[in-house]
Amino acid sequence: MSSPVTNSKPTDSQHEQKQTFGWSREQMAQKAAQDIPDGAYVNLGIGIPEKVARYVPKGREVIYHTENGLLGMGPTPDEDDIDFELINAGKKPVSAIAGAAYFHHADSFAMIRGKHIDICVLGAMQVSQKGDLANWSTGAADAIPAVGGAMDLVAGVKTIFVITQHTTKQGDAKLLENCSYPLTGQGVVSRIYTDLAVIKVTERGFEIVELAPGVDFDYVQQRTACELIRP
Amino acid sequence: MINKLMATPAQAVADIFDGATVMIGGFGESGSPIELIHALIDHGAKNLTVINNNTGSGHVGLAALIENGQVGKMICSFPRTANSTVFPDLYRAGKIVLELVPQGTLAERIRAGGAGIPAFYTATSVGTPLADGKKHEIFDGREYVQELGLKADFALIKSLQADRLGNLRYNKTARNFAPIMAMAANCTIVQSQEYVEAGAIDPEIVVTPGIFVDRIVTVKQPAQESKLVAAGVSYP
Repeated sequence: MSSPVTNSKPTDSQHEQKQTFGWSREQMAQKAAQDIPDGAYVNLGIGIPEKVARYVPKGREVIYHTENGLLGMGPTPDEDDIDFELINAGKKPVSAIAGAAYFHHADSFAMIRGKHIDICVLGAMQVSQKGDLANWSTGAADAIPAVGGAMDLVAGVKTIFVITQHTTKQGDAKLLENCSYPLTGQGVVSRIYTDLAVIKVTERGFEIVELAPGVDFDYVQQRTACELIRP
Repeated sequence: MINKLMATPAQAVADIFDGATVMIGGFGESGSPIELIHALIDHGAKNLTVINNNTGSGHVGLAALIENGQVGKMICSFPRTANSTVFPDLYRAGKIVLELVPQGTLAERIRAGGAGIPAFYTATSVGTPLADGKKHEIFDGREYVQELGLKADFALIKSLQADRLGNLRYNKTARNFAPIMAMAANCTIVQSQEYVEAGAIDPEIVVTPGIFVDRIVTVKQPAQESKLVAAGVSYP
């Protein structure tokens, strides 16, 4: 049985276009979704990670946790069914599947901190080859610091996946020897899904698992600020 | 006979004093006790320390309380929200203090405060700037940081149903911080959509036992923050 979240069909126009170079955001989400096993309890971050739910292969039952207090999160409801007291961590209206449960914040983060959630998919500003993650602050002096549940998720969830563009819009590397931004957690990331490659974080550093269409090892290496390990 | 029912939100918040620490329930607008917050604005207590996950949006509810100059310090996890300009402007001007706490640590600090636990250890924030200056300890080979329990003079929360003895039920994800804040405050004030006789809520489905609740005021149809923000409403 598949979760209702997986029933909504992808509609993003990017998905319709046949990409011959690199992966689109939808395809990055699709890649990550393949690695979510049947029966997993999963927390999805805001942004591209939210798209992962659409691509979990049929036949796998996945239960979604949202840290504001719902296990068994379903898709966006129809306009008529929206209740502003039924929202996700991004404060958007959601639905509850049959068999869902509501709980208070301390219980919700006990699920996270207590290692009961199997997989969390998050965005990133930077990831180091040791698996350090920076995704909450650039450390800029005038920035309003805001952390939410990111530090709790990376410290507590069993497996952390990251979905991110391989470089910043300016072309700077996001995969580095050491993060320059303030950390969210140390040594927490297991796998990274970028527009160029799927990468595993190993004891020896970043290991390429799969290259995107039209992309070769050297192309990815040139856009990464530390040495990559060949597949 | 126990009677926690108050006639109006104004009466329920009348003794909140200058300098008080006030926990306010809600995650964004979901669960925000907006009528109690507006009553606190009318009441005018100043130099408050407010504990909430966010800092409100637009110019109503928590954002309006901050804009009215009543909050000296915010303890929260995510002070940036869509339509939120009040807090960022005051923060940049150095007119409000921020204690930034990871969301789960914030929840556990509140729970611990209410459960008589002065401090605990968590792996959350180890190796990040938010652990700087805090006591670290290794248990079973993993490093943890010490966090302190949080208590408050008052908690303002919202429920779907309250009975005469203060037993509460909530609506969906509006529950968020309310049950733990009710435990951590000296005086917990609830605005409830429904008020029922003792026994009307099955003891098996009570979420917050009445011992944690001091005052109840009925607000049958609470305002919806996002609707007020969309309509450009400012309070007062």
